[in-house]
Amino acid sequence: MYNAKYIIPGIIFFLALAFAPVVYNMGHKFEVTPELPKDQKDCVLPTQEMRDKHMQLLNEWRNEAVRDGNRIFVNAKGQKYVKSLTNTCMSCHTDKAKFCDRCHDTVGVAPYCWDCHNLTPDQKSPIPPVAQAASGGH
Amino acid sequence: MKSNRREFLKLAAVSAMGIGAARLGFLGDAPAFAESVPTAANFEEGLKAKHWGMAIFTAKMTPEMNAKCRKACHTEHNVPDIAGPKEIKWFWGANFEESFPTEHGHYLSEEIEHRQFPLLCNQCETPMCVKVCPTQATFQRPDGIVMMDFHRCIGCRYCMAGCPYGARSFNFQDPRPFIKSFNPLFPTRMRGVVEKCNFCAERLAIGKLPVCVEAAEGALVFGDLSDEQSDIRKALREHFAIRRKPDAGTSPSVYYIL
Repeated sequence: MYNAKYIIPGIIFFLALAFAPVVYNMGHKFEVTPELPKDQKDCVLPTQEMRDKHMQLLNEWRNEAVRDGNRIFVNAKGQKYVKSLTNTCMSCHTDKAKFCDRCHDTVGVAPYCWDCHNLTPDQKSPIPPVAQAASGGH
Repeated sequence: MKSNRREFLKLAAVSAMGIGAARLGFLGDAPAFAESVPTAANFEEGLKAKHWGMAIFTAKMTPEMNAKCRKACHTEHNVPDIAGPKEIKWFWGANFEESFPTEHGHYLSEEIEHRQFPLLCNQCETPMCVKVCPTQATFQRPDGIVMMDFHRCIGCRYCMAGCPYGARSFNFQDPRPFIKSFNPLFPTRMRGVVEKCNFCAERLAIGKLPVCVEAAEGALVFGDLSDEQSDIRKALREHFAIRRKPDAGTSPSVYYIL
């Protein structure tokens, strides 16, 4: 191989650079603790399932509620919930900053739900009390 | 005498405090829009129909009544209050010439000529806006309501070009700062999305009539056009009604009783 003395150290340097974040974070435990509602024990689905799939669930809810007019969600326990982000999810999880944002900020996603949906069903004014940058950088 | 005045002042101070507390209590009451969050049980009582429609007793729709219905609608749906060409309209009013330009009503009766006709999305049977929407954000439900899925709207405004009635409005800017009376139970919109009247689909789902119909005290009749026994069919049987721009071929579900 021509120029092996340059190419091989180059490849090694590149790999070291590429894997630096992996090595840097090795051993660190990744954990986010959103604040859960104190007066409620049950969510619409088990915690783990909500953690993994809440975005799919919300997407299904919006399609079923808006397009099919099917607005009641029945979970595995037979409990009935209204398919509504503000009126169902946010009436329990009243503080977006301590619930939604803690995860979303950590993993660096900025969903733009809040450009239209209200933060809670008790909200007094249409402007959500969050900084513009936090409300979805799209 | 001296002790009497002292007593009086004490009493006055206590009463003033009492009144103050009462006033504060009143101010701290729930806001004007204290409607409770609809529950799953409410949604089980939803109204169903084969073809929703509306008949309007135009003689009863005075400009004041029109304004009242408009306010009720715009409050319910967080419609921003923007003046000028960027106005967002779900419910509005216009005179005969503007409302029925294809009627060519020369020599109209004075009363009809000056009447203000309430205008809203006509919820057409063959809606042009649904045909032209490239993302299917505008779609027609089986019960005839022409709905908008704001999530899917990309703001191309084809529907505005397609609609012969000007029933659609575009959000040129973030509407939130322009919302005067706010309903936290209904979402707002964002910049770059088209919006229009949805026949209060969210209220029909919890068994309530559209909010303009409630506000209009009988001047607007809402019901199932496919049911011969319904109030709306009765109203249309007994009175002469016209629809807007019949030659556009979209077959509106809103009838104007003259």
